[in-house]
Amino acid sequence: MKTRITPLITGILLASGTASAASLDVKITNLTQGIYFTPLLVSAHTSNAMLFQTGEQASEALQAMAEGGSLTGLSEILTGVNANTMENPAGGLLGPVASTMTSLETDAGNDRLSIVAMMLPTNDGFVGLNSWPIPTAPGTYHIYLNAYDAGTEANNELVVDGSGAPNTPGIPASPGAAPGTQGSGVTETESNTLVHIHRGNLGDDDTTGGKSDLHNTVHRWLNPVAKVTVTVK
Amino acid sequence: MKLFRLTLPAACLVLAACGSDNDDPMPTTMPDEDMQMVDDPAPVDPVDPVDPVDPVDPTPTTVELMITATNLTYAQPLSPIAVALHQEGQFWQVGEPASNALEVLAEGGDNSDLLALGVVQSKASATAPLPPGKKTQLTLTHDSLDGQKLSLISMMVNTNDGFTGLNALDVSAMTVGQAMTFTTHAYDAGTEANTEAQGTIPGPADGGTGFSADREALNKVAMHPGVVGMDDGLTTSVLTSSHKFDNPLMTVTITRTK
Repeated sequence: MKTRITPLITGILLASGTASAASLDVKITNLTQGIYFTPLLVSAHTSNAMLFQTGEQASEALQAMAEGGSLTGLSEILTGVNANTMENPAGGLLGPVASTMTSLETDAGNDRLSIVAMMLPTNDGFVGLNSWPIPTAPGTYHIYLNAYDAGTEANNELVVDGSGAPNTPGIPASPGAAPGTQGSGVTETESNTLVHIHRGNLGDDDTTGGKSDLHNTVHRWLNPVAKVTVTVK
Repeated sequence: MKLFRLTLPAACLVLAACGSDNDDPMPTTMPDEDMQMVDDPAPVDPVDPVDPVDPVDPTPTTVELMITATNLTYAQPLSPIAVALHQEGQFWQVGEPASNALEVLAEGGDNSDLLALGVVQSKASATAPLPPGKKTQLTLTHDSLDGQKLSLISMMVNTNDGFTGLNALDVSAMTVGQAMTFTTHAYDAGTEANTEAQGTIPGPADGGTGFSADREALNKVAMHPGVVGMDDGLTTSVLTSSHKFDNPLMTVTITRTK
């Protein structure tokens, strides 16, 4: 599992020695009108670690998060690099325009902040913050996050029970508005297999049939999809 | 690295803005500074720029802000742009229900109720909608910038309840000659379902009804998901591909001229 992420982590923990421990409050707001975030992963880590990077292939751990919301693999990796991590601050799904707040005590050297969560309903879409440099100056900082596609699953937009497992096509759940049924599938291929900015859900206006099980007036979004407010104390 | 460059200037500005939030009586944790710098911002000057009891010049100073807004969309006229100076409150908050004044603006493009709010201390409104690609200029004057925030708002008229603007931007530390440039996001008032149906959109794409007091189920302000249109799968829509938009919606430059 760790082999794919190894080039990003590099395996060498260069202790900077200068970045000191910090105490952070992190508020995360879902800015969308119809998309839910699965349990969030909020982590402070060294500049040598990354949870994801655009233009690179997703790790298996990232794939499991993006396709099914599982944080197990990413958490293991973060524990392995002595990151300071908070899992699931919202205690479940973070719904449209809802906010959650958490605190994070960071160890010296863990001076980058990353956040990920799967976006529902999508096939392998996730909201992400990659290695934001945590300021040393106390204050309140605002960051806007984009929606990414892990590039690991075709965006067929079909809601299928149990499809959260890697390599099982489909969207595992559609919280909120009931999804359509019996869609024929938007696409069967994922030609860009690297992490990229999500092109958005297509949806359709058929509750039964059509290409997509999603609704085009409910399940689309424009970036940014989340706002993060970090207070450095 | 791009993220870093985009977020840090905004973070600096917001940091400077945070000192005055504590006495804000609105049910808010902080101003929703939904905006991004597009140019290198001039550093925010922490020194109070206006000294009303300056012994050298005892006459009151008139502050003047010039606001230039450009419509970046393809085919979304923006309803007459409203700008206001205020020390308290916000025209909108993501996650909170829209006020009635906001609903009137977002569904019909009428900014008069928002500009009539008690918190507004100085205001200006364009006299006509801003066509796509065009630019307009507004001027705000006041006797002091102490504690002042600037808000700007306009409806995308070919939507059900979409609007864009700047939300309680701290301008209290602007110095004469200083300019700041922002881009704006699209919001959904959450007061009218995005049916895009005939008769529901006040802009030229439809000529339908603007404000209606009914509220849709969500009833909370969110980021706008964009319009779908008949060309992109919403067969009952009066909109076409030409009415689609993406963030950002406007470029706004604020210059302190006096």
